Amino acid sequence: MLVLRAFHKVLGPNVVFVNAAGCLTLLQVYPYTPNKSSWMYTAFASAPAGAQGIRDALDILMEKGRVNSFEDLKVVVVTGDGAAYDIGLQSTSGAIERGLDFYYLVYDNEAYGNTGFQKSGATPYGSATATTPPTERNPTGYTGVKKDLFEIWRSHKPPYIATVAPSHMVDMLRKIETASQFKGPKLFIAFSSCPTGWGFDPSLSVRISRLAVECGIWPLKESVYGKVRHTYIPTVLKPVEEYLRHQNRFRHLFTPRKQETAIASIQEQVNNYWLEAAKNEGFRITVAKPVTIAPP
Amino acid sequence: MREVDMLTGNVAAAWAARIADVDYIPAYPITPQTEIIETLASWISQGLMKAKLVQLESEHSMLTAAGTASLSGARVFTATSSQGLLYGFEMLYNIAGWRAPLVLVNVSRAVAAPITLEPDHNDVLAARDSGFIQLHAEKCQEVLDLILIAYRVAEDHRVMLPVIVNMDGFYLSFTREPVYIPSKTDVEEFLPPYNPPHPFRAGRPVVKGAAVLGGHIYAYFKHNIHESLLRAGDVFKEAAAGFREVTGRFHSPVEGFLLDDAEYVLVVTNSFTSIARKAVVRLREKGVPAGLVKLVMLRPFPSSDIMEKLRGRKAVAVFDQNISPGLGGVIYNEVAAALYHVKNRPETLLSAIGGVGGKYTTVEEFEHVFHMLMHPEKTQPGKPVFLFRADELAHVQTALRLAGYTGEET
Repeated sequence: MLVLRAFHKVLGPNVVFVNAAGCLTLLQVYPYTPNKSSWMYTAFASAPAGAQGIRDALDILMEKGRVNSFEDLKVVVVTGDGAAYDIGLQSTSGAIERGLDFYYLVYDNEAYGNTGFQKSGATPYGSATATTPPTERNPTGYTGVKKDLFEIWRSHKPPYIATVAPSHMVDMLRKIETASQFKGPKLFIAFSSCPTGWGFDPSLSVRISRLAVECGIWPLKESVYGKVRHTYIPTVLKPVEEYLRHQNRFRHLFTPRKQETAIASIQEQVNNYWLEAAKNEGFRITVAKPVTIAPP
Repeated sequence: MREVDMLTGNVAAAWAARIADVDYIPAYPITPQTEIIETLASWISQGLMKAKLVQLESEHSMLTAAGTASLSGARVFTATSSQGLLYGFEMLYNIAGWRAPLVLVNVSRAVAAPITLEPDHNDVLAARDSGFIQLHAEKCQEVLDLILIAYRVAEDHRVMLPVIVNMDGFYLSFTREPVYIPSKTDVEEFLPPYNPPHPFRAGRPVVKGAAVLGGHIYAYFKHNIHESLLRAGDVFKEAAAGFREVTGRFHSPVEGFLLDDAEYVLVVTNSFTSIARKAVVRLREKGVPAGLVKLVMLRPFPSSDIMEKLRGRKAVAVFDQNISPGLGGVIYNEVAAALYHVKNRPETLLSAIGGVGGKYTTVEEFEHVFHMLMHPEKTQPGKPVFLFRADELAHVQTALRLAGYTGEET
């Protein structure tokens, strides 16, 4: 919600949001809307194609002289991670490849939150979800790897991609501002905690977001024509445990017995990511030690 | 009037989009429809037509873009077939619910499995409950005419619903027939510019496709669509009258052929109507009072026209080029429902299923259906008759034998 407000603030009211099924779909329930801009609900899999239709229609009608340029709108796709990482990935890929002039904002809460928190392509290793419940036979919860949507998008060579987090609003506003200079696909992945699905008190939302950034779980970065730059460097990474232990979805990693291997593997992934980034961009970083694993 | 051109059904469809001055064509290739979008793409790139054609990554996306462009005020044309129609299926319901008055040409092709290329109407009839108006063409000229009429009906503010214009793959799509192309001024006189209510524009925010909570609001919208679709039947007749004034050609939701004193009547749709007509003429030559009813409009279902044309006949057969497994012919059941309240309804109502998967149906087979109508005591009431010739069965058996199938498990 905070991210949507930020987009509103920077882009102004002459925007049409194109939505796929998700938590924000129920912002407008007939006959009410909280938005001052336009809204188009499409379908789960094809919000970017919906954006394509609106953009193309406005373009051809302006070309044919039937719409004035002052009536033109900015087109912003807004979906959750289920649409962005899974069912709508094909549609997004097509829109980027065609060079569609649009914004895409993913609010990534790392699962199908609207339907009761089932695993999505954005679910991280170790998360409990309604379809990956930790059990005696499978103590870790989800054992796959969160898709790297940033890199999937970047392989299409769009002008602008950024990750954002609501704990870092200045960073976010600057990125939306920067993106608005570019024509073509401008893509945002927003850290979006889900208090009910993740299992924490909603008053901790901003704190969780800050921990995600400080622990290095959620890197803040941007890509301009393919060149990646981290916009905030947590010089001394906090251990991932600090982020994980606040959330019920990771509780099974700590109790009834601590799953040292699983936690160490999460820490190692984060460390490897940042050491690689530090090498590529030439910054210094102190990673957190993986938990030492006692020999059997 | 222009000279007559020899056009395939596909090129006739493309011509209709061109002279209707469509703005936007979202596209995706599929046989046997592809020639339509290739023709339009070539005209646009040569500057012969001012429109934007964009190739999407699937029919689902294609139909989504078609719908949102229509809501943004563009006149939208698109086309697909078979698997493509089914791949984009959920968007059909959305487009109708959004009240986006676009025209979609479906070039009929049977649905897999088994995968095939030739036509039957299981694809288009699957969309019968989506809220689209459905018009089915017998000839290439009708393809062009029905698309032009479709835009006028769809964009009428009493209707505001999308239209599927159906033509048979191969039998129309790739067959050249004489087609008159109306002049630009004639079309302009018949088809006013699209005047969209509340399109997406800066300074005039609108919400489209909003969620509803509660069955009462959902039902309210669905009932609205139903009422508008029923109104589309009358609006079609108005539009057809206007079309006749500028072109001299007349179209009606239900067409009769040699019906006046007909006692035995066959109900048909699409391109095989032309074969059935020949059977009717042959029977007339032998003194049999045969006649034919062609359904052009499948949605709204023209029940009252059907009642009027079939009441008092001795026996009626419905030819279905589709099969709803476990039931029979789709159109047969709809015709039967329409006839239920007719006092002097035909005593015999026969269901004939043929042409599935594009299987050719001969004049003799249609004559055979009429013979069954003349001797209903040899048929089982309500049980569909499958038209499958002995030589066709022999072909299947030959193919199996050549493949080494002996009929015994090894």
